[in-house]
Amino acid sequence: MKRLLSCLSLLIAIAASSFAVAQTGGELRFCLRSDPKTFNPILVEDDASETIRYLTGGVLMHLNRSTQQLEPELATSWKVSEDGKTIRFKIRDNMSFSDGTPFTAEDVVYTIQRLMDPAVHSPTGDAFRSAPGKVTALSVGKDQVAVTFPAPVVGLDKLFDQVAIMSAHSPQKEMAVLGPYRVAEDKAGSYLLLKRNPYYWKRDAAGRQLPYIDSIRLDIQQNRDMEMLRLVRGEIDFINTLDADSYDKLKAKAPGMVQDAGTSLDAEQLWFNQVASSPLPAYKKAWFTSTHFRRAVSSSIDRADLARVVFRSHAQPAVSWISPANKYWFNARLQPHPFDPKAALQLLSQDGFHLKNGTLYDRDGHPVEFSVVTNAGNKAREQMATMIQQDLAGIGIHLNIVTLDFASLIERITRTFNYEACLLGLTNDDLDPNAQMNVWLSSSENHQWNPSQKTPATPWEAQIDSLMRQQASTLDLKKRKQAIDKVQEIVWQQEPFIYLVNKDAMSAISPSVHNAHAVVLRPQVYWNIDRLTLGKEVASRQ
Amino acid sequence: MKPLQVAAIAFLLLLTGMCFCAASVLPGGYERQFRDLPDAPPSHTHPLGTDDLGRDRLARLLYGTCVSLLLAPAAALLSSVLATCIGGLAGFVGGWVERSIMACTDLFLSLPWLFLVITVRAMLPLNVSPLASAAITFALLGTLGWAASARVVCAHARSLRRADFVLLARASGSTGLRLLRRHLLPNLRPIFFAQFLISIPAFILTEANLGMLGLGVAEPMPSWGGLLRELEGFALFSPQPAQFVPLILLVIVVVCFHLALPKQEIPT
Repeated sequence: MKRLLSCLSLLIAIAASSFAVAQTGGELRFCLRSDPKTFNPILVEDDASETIRYLTGGVLMHLNRSTQQLEPELATSWKVSEDGKTIRFKIRDNMSFSDGTPFTAEDVVYTIQRLMDPAVHSPTGDAFRSAPGKVTALSVGKDQVAVTFPAPVVGLDKLFDQVAIMSAHSPQKEMAVLGPYRVAEDKAGSYLLLKRNPYYWKRDAAGRQLPYIDSIRLDIQQNRDMEMLRLVRGEIDFINTLDADSYDKLKAKAPGMVQDAGTSLDAEQLWFNQVASSPLPAYKKAWFTSTHFRRAVSSSIDRADLARVVFRSHAQPAVSWISPANKYWFNARLQPHPFDPKAALQLLSQDGFHLKNGTLYDRDGHPVEFSVVTNAGNKAREQMATMIQQDLAGIGIHLNIVTLDFASLIERITRTFNYEACLLGLTNDDLDPNAQMNVWLSSSENHQWNPSQKTPATPWEAQIDSLMRQQASTLDLKKRKQAIDKVQEIVWQQEPFIYLVNKDAMSAISPSVHNAHAVVLRPQVYWNIDRLTLGKEVASRQ
Repeated sequence: MKPLQVAAIAFLLLLTGMCFCAASVLPGGYERQFRDLPDAPPSHTHPLGTDDLGRDRLARLLYGTCVSLLLAPAAALLSSVLATCIGGLAGFVGGWVERSIMACTDLFLSLPWLFLVITVRAMLPLNVSPLASAAITFALLGTLGWAASARVVCAHARSLRRADFVLLARASGSTGLRLLRRHLLPNLRPIFFAQFLISIPAFILTEANLGMLGLGVAEPMPSWGGLLRELEGFALFSPQPAQFVPLILLVIVVVCFHLALPKQEIPT
């Protein structure tokens, strides 16, 4: 009897504690850097608007940020035709927007029409435009929609993760949503308040309606130090992205708060200006267009030191334009370029460079000196540039570091081309490498080292153009993988971008937020927003 | 001279001397990265510890101080000379010339300083050595920082123009250059020195502000602004006490410059 009583009391204790842990209700708080520029989901361009879209928008299918697999949402199933031009969805029934307007196939058709309307200029819609021509969206019966594109669209189904469905009939227009939350209050420059969507369709295994948390308060806070301070004071519940410095400092103060999800998709990279019409002297253009020169510079940079010192070991030497975090597309045969100043000097000697009294000279006797521009205020980049400066001094190259305000930097690298080398980072949200077509095609404006070429300046750029077009024109995943692997190999050999490090995805989460497991893909912390719960102390905070 | 004034000048001279000797005392230099010792606490080999990249903090502090103590007075001299020429001319000539020059000065004062410095800096050539970059930064500050002093000089020159001894000199036949050289400029000298000494700490602080934004002296050359960046976010975390040394030294130096000012020569 005594044993039975003790078992019973234990069960009651467990039930009570689990109730306290899986507390529903409450208000989750975190910070946005700026006000969202739009609440219209098809016009989203900035980070803040993207956050609102993610928290409020209902999508046909959802990319699970943890498993990197597509999952059904508003569409219970879908099928892409063999020619890759048509996708058919079967729509979930008996659902409503946040204002009670019923959700039908007509809403999907309306959203696709708005998305692909050239007059709307939707940045989300741009990803679907594989060729000129009209996109047709038709409802087939009561619960099916077929969307047909003029040409095959690579990775078509995954693109729908970004398309929040809008209501064709709601008087609230884009403010009527199908996601877990709706915008309840917007105080420009101060905060946004999101409240639970009473018509949200998802339920947990126990049949309880999701999301668990009642409301989300998004404070507009530009200052990162203030954001950290507020987290430590308990005024906000998480910080989505942390830099290595803040991570270590916060870890020393509150070890349970920080999470390192591992290598992210983002890379830090250095490139030389290879624009033929740039105002650089001819001998410098000759250096920068030489593969030997670029590879020598690459070999003389100690990437392991950059990762260890600048990023406090929360980064790893970068290999390719695709991060190892992108498990399917990364070419695992490639290794980081080793730190080898002797090999660098050998490469340079093949182009007539020679060392004299600790200074490197080219074959015409010009001392090798160039500048690298980077954006002012980014401590990690300034530190990387300083370390590269010391590394290059080891092979007799004199590097000058120039920090510029961002507008001046962009002006130099995109308009005047009055720069020699640039150190910047690439933020990557998309797993599919097709999203980087605008970087790799030599005709593209974003082909940073030599943009908007009429014809490819080098045979290897022509080969990259051909391979990228080839992978964009087939739906055969194996063929696409082969083409992308080959592009990675060419880039590894030619180094138009010298990839330095892949940073880790780091976040800080208050212990009072439960079910939060930071992942590599954005949004790192709140990717499973409808499953997050708050501890008792936070749930009661109003 | 008051004892406090003497002490301030002595401290500034001593500090300058120490900074010049830094090269022989600290052979590691300010730029060498001890990459196995980033963020090291104070030790026998690194008395103030090392920074994020493993560079000796003491060496960087001394070199940075040297840069500020040499270049800030140079910038102050440049701006004071410009202010004396422009303000002196306006005050001495008077009339529409004075009104025009002072209108330009007011316009110059109303410009957003920091953005002007950032814009001009962005247009400079990229391939300059760190020392040249430091000199350019301070030269920019000197070239753009004359306007406030010019107003003070103009007011003083105007009062001199109307002074009895100037009227007497005019009545005695002194005109133009002779009047300027014999009567006006010698009497503007005290105001010139006062403006010069006032400008030095102002330029030190402006460079520190630019450095905090990452737009000051180029790496690896240290400056006070760059050194103060180590204290970013200090309200949140507990930095090493050694990280406060540049801040303390900056405050002491700025206070010393103010104490060293000859008080009777400050216009009221």
